[in-house]
Amino acid sequence: MSRYAMAIDTKRCVGCTDCVVACQTENDVPVGYCRDWIVEATSGVYPELQLEIRSERCNHCSDAPCVRCCPTSASHYAEGGIVMVDHDDCIGCKACIASCPYDARYVHPEGYVDKCTFCIHRVKEGENPACVSVCPTHAMIFGDLDDKNSEISKVLQTRKHKTLIPEAGTKPNVFYLL
Amino acid sequence: MTKRFKRRQFIKILGAGTGGAVLGTTALKAFQPGEKTDNFHLLGKATDAATPTYCEICFWKCAGWVHKKDGKPWKITGNPDDPNSNGRFCPRGTGGIGAYTDPDRLKTPLIRVEKNGKQVFREATWEEAFDYIADKMKMIKKKWGPECVALFTHGSGGSYFKTLLKAYGSNNIAAPSYAQCRGPREEAYLLTYGEGVGSPERTDIRNSKCIVLIGSHIGENMHNGQVQEFSEAVANGATVITVDPRFSTAASKSKYWLPIKPATDLALLLAWINVIIEEELYDKEYVKKYTYGFDELKKAVKHNTPEWAYPITTIKPHIIRETAREMARHAPATIVHPGRHVTWYGDDTQRVRAGAILNALLGSWGRRGGFYAQAKAHVKKYPVPKFPKPKKNWKDAFPNQFPLANLALSSGICDATIPTAERDCSFKGWIVYGTNLMLTLPQPQQTLEAIQNLELLVAIDIMPAEITGYADVVLPECTYLERYDDLRISPGRFPTVALRAPAFEPKYNTKPAWWMAKELANRLGLEKYFPWKNIEEYLDYRLKSIGSSLKEMKEIGVKKLENEEDLYYLDGEEYEFNTPTGKIELYSTALAEYGFDPIPRYTAHEEPPDGYYRLLYGRAPMHSFSRTTNNPLLTDVKSENEVWINPKVAREWGIKQGDYVVLENQDGVRSNRIRAKVTQRIRHDAIYMVHGFGRSDKRLRRSYLRGADDTHLITRVKLDPVMGGTGMRVNFVTFRKEGEA
Amino acid sequence: MQEINITSGRMNPGVDPLLHAWGWEIPLYLFLGGVVAGILFFSAVYYLRGKANDYKAAVKIAPLFVPPLLALGLLALFLDLSHKLYFWRLYTTIRWESPMSWGAWTLLLIFPLSTAWAATFVKELYPQWDWKYEILNKLDDWLKKYRTQMAWALIFLAVILGMYTGILLSAFNARPFWNTSILGPLFLTSGLSTGTAVVLLISKNHEERKRFSKLDMALIGIELFLIIHLFMGFLASTEVHIHAAHMFLGGPYTAVFWSFVVGLGLLLPLFAEVLELKGYKIPVQIPAILVLVGGLILRFIIVDAGQSSRWLYKFIEQMYY
Repeated sequence: MSRYAMAIDTKRCVGCTDCVVACQTENDVPVGYCRDWIVEATSGVYPELQLEIRSERCNHCSDAPCVRCCPTSASHYAEGGIVMVDHDDCIGCKACIASCPYDARYVHPEGYVDKCTFCIHRVKEGENPACVSVCPTHAMIFGDLDDKNSEISKVLQTRKHKTLIPEAGTKPNVFYLL
Repeated sequence: MTKRFKRRQFIKILGAGTGGAVLGTTALKAFQPGEKTDNFHLLGKATDAATPTYCEICFWKCAGWVHKKDGKPWKITGNPDDPNSNGRFCPRGTGGIGAYTDPDRLKTPLIRVEKNGKQVFREATWEEAFDYIADKMKMIKKKWGPECVALFTHGSGGSYFKTLLKAYGSNNIAAPSYAQCRGPREEAYLLTYGEGVGSPERTDIRNSKCIVLIGSHIGENMHNGQVQEFSEAVANGATVITVDPRFSTAASKSKYWLPIKPATDLALLLAWINVIIEEELYDKEYVKKYTYGFDELKKAVKHNTPEWAYPITTIKPHIIRETAREMARHAPATIVHPGRHVTWYGDDTQRVRAGAILNALLGSWGRRGGFYAQAKAHVKKYPVPKFPKPKKNWKDAFPNQFPLANLALSSGICDATIPTAERDCSFKGWIVYGTNLMLTLPQPQQTLEAIQNLELLVAIDIMPAEITGYADVVLPECTYLERYDDLRISPGRFPTVALRAPAFEPKYNTKPAWWMAKELANRLGLEKYFPWKNIEEYLDYRLKSIGSSLKEMKEIGVKKLENEEDLYYLDGEEYEFNTPTGKIELYSTALAEYGFDPIPRYTAHEEPPDGYYRLLYGRAPMHSFSRTTNNPLLTDVKSENEVWINPKVAREWGIKQGDYVVLENQDGVRSNRIRAKVTQRIRHDAIYMVHGFGRSDKRLRRSYLRGADDTHLITRVKLDPVMGGTGMRVNFVTFRKEGEA
Repeated sequence: MQEINITSGRMNPGVDPLLHAWGWEIPLYLFLGGVVAGILFFSAVYYLRGKANDYKAAVKIAPLFVPPLLALGLLALFLDLSHKLYFWRLYTTIRWESPMSWGAWTLLLIFPLSTAWAATFVKELYPQWDWKYEILNKLDDWLKKYRTQMAWALIFLAVILGMYTGILLSAFNARPFWNTSILGPLFLTSGLSTGTAVVLLISKNHEERKRFSKLDMALIGIELFLIIHLFMGFLASTEVHIHAAHMFLGGPYTAVFWSFVVGLGLLLPLFAEVLELKGYKIPVQIPAILVLVGGLILRFIIVDAGQSSRWLYKFIEQMYY
């Protein structure tokens, strides 16, 4: 068994949006849509400031509300716990969109619901997702949490990290290194 | 002979009839479905072979691969053998496909004609366009001499037009990247070390323990390899000291952020020099062995104490001391970054020199973690006959001015185009390759006036731009993905050569620059300067000289060569610098000779009046100025710029987050409307915006009037007396509500 | 002080700047579902209590409206789907965790059952009616024998349907404003209330009207109680829930909710019904229509407000993209 996850180093990330553009071209995401995005969170008052830059996307939650609420099983867990949408099972009821606390899903112009796939087509070939492979600052790590020797397992053991809104109870698999 | 236009109008909309095809081709659609998007499991299959290229979206020129899927453009990825990118492109390079697919591209040659009293572009054949240009160039040569034609160039294909112009008899070849960007830096380092910093910079950031950034916003400028190294250094725990009135991305990664009062950086640098000398923190052996003028320097900065700098810079003395000590602690692996765009206040050569001096005191030049020695491949040139010697050049228009300018000033050529009583050299023809002068040169009102005095204005570009609107002839170039170009021979830690080969057939009726220059040369009787049959032959000849070939390069994309020199060469080795004294000149004998301050001296700059704020501008990582603001993939991530306003200021003016405001500068010039980003990340006495937005050409359907153009507000500059750089951060703006009188 | 910016300009249609997954279709569908649940519930209950003839409008006439109302509701649901050709996929699986799924199945059961239920009353209401085909007449006769069983089933399904319209929303913990178990009972109560309003509109029997007026008053009372509880619950919960409540307590939904839903849709009809009971002459249509309109607006506001409440970026105030 494997459990795929991503760790994003907020110390390294400069918020260049390369991950967004790479995803767009790799996956033919239509212009005007995106599967990942950059958030800059500033706290403090000038000149005592802090900035956290995050590359965000579907969290491929282990307890995914989108999978739970899907009436047709179109949203499902694929290998390694990657949350996928089967386009031919999706009726476009948008319950999954409403159920996602991260707002990671959208309706593709062709009608089905679409989102980040962790580039499962690349992962199956043993490659990193497009966003990870392109990141100029090496701020993203992708790997298998069930493999204790993987880079991601090790970095999560040693570095302080967080997930986004863990209180929503979804058990997200995208981690942010602090 | 075609007649000269009395007054060049900016052609926004082409006249009905002739130009209709250029304008009204396809309606803009947010999404063009084409064929059904593949399901995930189909992606990644059926990929065709990749074509090598190097990126043209910015000057960093990363090498990579262009991939097709089912014969259609798909994606661009980095070449792992390329030291500029290390296999990872930045967002602009990744989004390069958008340059190819952009439906707003220039599609066919255009010639300005008058129709019913209105100037319009008519679509022309290449023959007509070349004949028009050749006729005018011959006329100018006969009447005023070939020196009266100038070339402005920025980009790979420009080299062929350089050859053309030199063959024609002019050496007035300018790039705005000199006088409007990094010119002062190159001159300051030349004066100090006898060598420039180069591009990509010879900074050994990867190995630095302490990085000092003066207004340089690494990360927001995506100078790819440099950002990669910066991030690496940060991850390895390097101390970053950022001096910036804005809490930039780099500032957020810094141990010390010094929120300096704008325009006072030189005072801080001098105070640092003072501390390092007074506390004897400098590299004594290095200074003794390699530098000239230490005692003069010590004397000159005696009074520049942190206490002196405090009221000027608003940086507390103990912070100045602490940061100076931090720099010394990590020396020589400390780097005071020379910056890149440094034309700020008119004393820029002197300011950058202060940083260069600081580097010398810390002993970081030629040392690990500081500045390394760059290696560049020696590739044989294709032999051409000797160029004729021009009788005059642009400098004649500025007697006794800018004595240390080593390259032509774009702004100087622009000024010298406007005839005055005392100038005998006024330009009659401009060839503008790949640079949107209206947005690149400050004081657009001046550029416009210069344009009105031209007999010929040729613009070669991929996209319609403000400058193409004023051209007599527009030559549509194909994108870098559709053409061969000259080899990329970048300096670096080891020499590399990269190839750009066409991945796609040129779209529309577009052509590569080499072909245009060669065709024009034929018409001007200059064919002997383009002796090669085609570009493949030209490239193959050059590649053979490094033991490679076009065939091999198409397979590998990047060729790495051995570096015979040491990267770090000043660890006690004997070395003679290319300066008058043969040493690192802390005291510049050349500056002294021309009557400038041999050691930088702080002078106060004008401050914004009440209710006005200093206009600061910069970059966003996903755009290369106006070059990319219409790229469908990149406008998707950032479609307009915002003006950063401190919340206190916003409250005073009643401006709320997301409001549209109009900026008005000290000369009453107003900007297009721009959204307010009310943020703690900017000082109260300045505002900030990203350069390249607020386009005024309607044919750019995604960027037309999106955001504001800072250049439009830069109606005044302060000239650097040393080399003629145009200091542009000397403009002040205030707020007006949209539609307010 | 926190500033949050999506610097890559995320602009997914229907998601940014505020979630807009559902427009008018879903609230209309939820409203009609509630009305249907209310009608069927009272029809079945009073049938079982032997009041079929006393409360003719409630037991026999109102159910005739159910099939068209249900069809309309399902049409709205269908129109909302963005991948319409795959609609049938709903009925290839049952997913108990998905309210959307069991709601769809409930509708699949309730549609034929309620149609049959209504059909058995047609001949009683229109004695000259003929089903044309012998088999239908036979079926009618056969069904009449099972009215009691059908009534029990309808009560059960009506309660599920009424609750479902609320639970559909409350199951989404991503939308703090929906994420409360009060929504189920609230929508059920509101559905029952709109059911009584339909009866009030069509009934000509004074006794029946009085009965349903009283029922409606009780239901409105419960609704008010639930609404107060809704906000008490939010205000005692996490930050995002407090934020969600504030949308109605000073925020953008305050005016429309308290004036249209609570004022015009609940308090005013309650007041009118009290007055009528006290003997004042007030046309019964007024409170009934107010209740129906109030119920409709309630669905619209709750569907809309839920989509404006979120966990991650609490920056509705500063959003402008």
